[in-house]
Amino acid sequence: MTAAVEIKYQGELHLLQKEIMAKYYAEATAIAEGNGKKAAHLLIAGNPVELLRAFDVLPIYPEVNVLQIAVRKGSLPLILKAEELGYATDNCAYVKADIGLYHAGGVTPFAKIPKPDVLVCNYVGCNVYLNWFEHLAELTHAPAMNIDIPFIRTPDGEPTEADVRYVVKQLEELIVLLENVTGKSLDWTEFTKIVERSAETGRLWAEIKDMTKQRPAPYDAYFDSVTMMAPLYTLRGTEEGLRFFEVAHREMSARVREGRGPLQEERFRIVIEGPPPWPKLRVFRDMFSRWGAVAVASTYSTVGGLWEFGFRHDPKHPLESIAAHMLSYNVCNRNFLQRYEQIERYVDEWSADAVVIHSVKSCRLFSAGQGDMREHFVRDRDVPTLLIESDLEDPRYFSEAQLRNRIDAFFEALEQRRITAGRVAGGVA
Amino acid sequence: MSRDIGMTTTIETPFPAARYRDVVEDRDFPTVRDYARRTGRAAAGCYPVYGPFELVRAAGLLPVGLFGGGNRIEIAHADSRFQSFICSIVKSTMELGFQEKLGPFKALLFESICDPARNLASVMSRNFADQKSVYVHLPQNMTSPAAVDYLASEYRRVLAELCAVTGATVTADDLRANLRSYNAMRAALRDLYAFRGRRPESLLTGELYTLTRLATLMDPDEVTPILRESLAAANEREDRPKDRIRVVLIGAFCEQPPLELVESIEESGCYIVDDDFMLGWRLFRRDVPLDGDPFVALARAYLDDSLHLSTKHDLRVPRAKAIVESARALKADAAICLIAKFCEPGLFDYALYRKAFDENAIPHLYLEFEEKMWLYEKIRTEVETFVESMLFR
Repeated sequence: MTAAVEIKYQGELHLLQKEIMAKYYAEATAIAEGNGKKAAHLLIAGNPVELLRAFDVLPIYPEVNVLQIAVRKGSLPLILKAEELGYATDNCAYVKADIGLYHAGGVTPFAKIPKPDVLVCNYVGCNVYLNWFEHLAELTHAPAMNIDIPFIRTPDGEPTEADVRYVVKQLEELIVLLENVTGKSLDWTEFTKIVERSAETGRLWAEIKDMTKQRPAPYDAYFDSVTMMAPLYTLRGTEEGLRFFEVAHREMSARVREGRGPLQEERFRIVIEGPPPWPKLRVFRDMFSRWGAVAVASTYSTVGGLWEFGFRHDPKHPLESIAAHMLSYNVCNRNFLQRYEQIERYVDEWSADAVVIHSVKSCRLFSAGQGDMREHFVRDRDVPTLLIESDLEDPRYFSEAQLRNRIDAFFEALEQRRITAGRVAGGVA
Repeated sequence: MSRDIGMTTTIETPFPAARYRDVVEDRDFPTVRDYARRTGRAAAGCYPVYGPFELVRAAGLLPVGLFGGGNRIEIAHADSRFQSFICSIVKSTMELGFQEKLGPFKALLFESICDPARNLASVMSRNFADQKSVYVHLPQNMTSPAAVDYLASEYRRVLAELCAVTGATVTADDLRANLRSYNAMRAALRDLYAFRGRRPESLLTGELYTLTRLATLMDPDEVTPILRESLAAANEREDRPKDRIRVVLIGAFCEQPPLELVESIEESGCYIVDDDFMLGWRLFRRDVPLDGDPFVALARAYLDDSLHLSTKHDLRVPRAKAIVESARALKADAAICLIAKFCEPGLFDYALYRKAFDENAIPHLYLEFEEKMWLYEKIRTEVETFVESMLFR
């Protein structure tokens, strides 16, 4: 094995991300300390954040909060607190950390999380979302709404007309709820502008994702995508969020022109399926970097929206396009076999050598059935596929030595396969 | 109850439920095969928790409760498809396919109850093409005025998918006839449950369980008389109540515990006066109205007239509150949460139930089970200790 040393990368993009996220969390803290602005809790999978922004309500994402805590090694005490209260070891650890955080007064190393003025449960695929927000409603007594998004289940893989009608109606009901909570009426002109910025953000993000088709890929579409995903969710629809993506696009385009990738040498191009192990992100990344493996695409980066296959918000039909985003254009609300197809497109169009499935215990939406997924890629597609297990929030499920062994064995075999294929192609028996 | 066999001896006639004890656990589905032989009709396997069974039957398929493999099937293949942290019923249902037990079924019905069940629907459709997988998205916004229209159109879509399998054409009157059949069956189950709540010493939960399970395995018109006969037989019993506590048992609404486990719990000093076993098959509080659009009537029954259920998130009535009220109405002394291992909806609810039970001074016990378990001593000891702590405090 040749060690591929990771390039230390601290471009304008990373600095800007830190700056705008700090500002976002400062705003959250100010609300928690009583500045009078409103905050809504909602979830990452395809969501109607544009409507919240139009009412000047700050979107708070419990998932983003608890993953930030996990990255800073603070998740376990919160999880244990929830388990003391009756939550099971087998419950989603995101939820447990968030419940633990509530009981810790919402205080994190990076912000004080405000209590919700309204709970907007965008039920987009993940059934645990419903439980999560039901529990938050019980704790906070905030007004709550489930936005029910029918799952993609028809043979043609599209929502029905009735689905679209139902979601648009519910968005109209959300407008009424937000009017009641804020005491304001919806300013449609402002709302349309926000949707327009979301459309432009989506375009830039889709082009950035397309750039990893290049060799070398200018960034790691799993580990570096998360840098861009935070602003995509917390600031989508704002001018600041749009500016971030303009900077990201500029910087990534320059890297493509200059032929720079995240590693000194890109030896393997992989697609990664499943969320990252946040408490051990760096260790996990290094397990791939040392093999020169770069993710050229990832399903995790599409939880909040699937823009790379053409979706854009439409300011001319704002509610309908938000409905389309929630129904069809995010990985969570698409069925499991559509995820196989998505990964197949990544393998083919992004020229990947292998698929790595990171199966996390907490998120059954992602993980349930991934053994069948591996079966499909190995048997039907002859794509080398590795299935490994840990968790996205609970450090107790990260077995470093075991993961390292499995990843090393996989890339050794992949290297051997490449050498053998080279010999065959070169006529050496 | 006894019966004269015309000679000098009188023998005890088994209670009707006893006749079906083995039948309901048999994964060769004898009642379904028998029905197919007699009628020429195929069946649809209905994964828990709730599905629009009337539509399935109207399309020409017998709706059959598909509750995994229980402890009758050894999982040999499905555990390579679903991970160790996924509940057993998901794996054992897939295993039924690998072991070619799904032959009687032309279609499989899945609903939006949890994430593993949702992915199971996809995985089953990829692996078992002979069984058409049909997925129903049940609404989770119970307060939206748009939900009824949505669900009615979802039911129309589901019926069309099922009719594409059988070639049937279904009229509104056909649907009403099916509503009537299931209304009768659910009413019989409601009466049995109400009777058990009043006189648990005369209808043991093992018996009620068998009858309810039977209702998921037979045509409603054929099973309803058996349910009615059982109620009459139970009513004739003259058992005196034993010194036991009255408990509500909740949490096993999807994966089912072995019948022996249910009996063990009751034999350990309880009368179970309510439970949520197979709740989806007896979900409605009253009959679905037969006038008007049957799709709308069925949709309204689910949205506005159904029992609380862990997979139905109704923000109007918190489930924990509903459970406490139900326990009080039934004069229950305690609650037992019997939750399937790895069942996220059940496990999440437990955290809320526990808090509500504590706040309302209802003693409670948490138990975890797996369908494939076959040793019950540990649970028996836990229940006995719990009961003793109640009886001798």
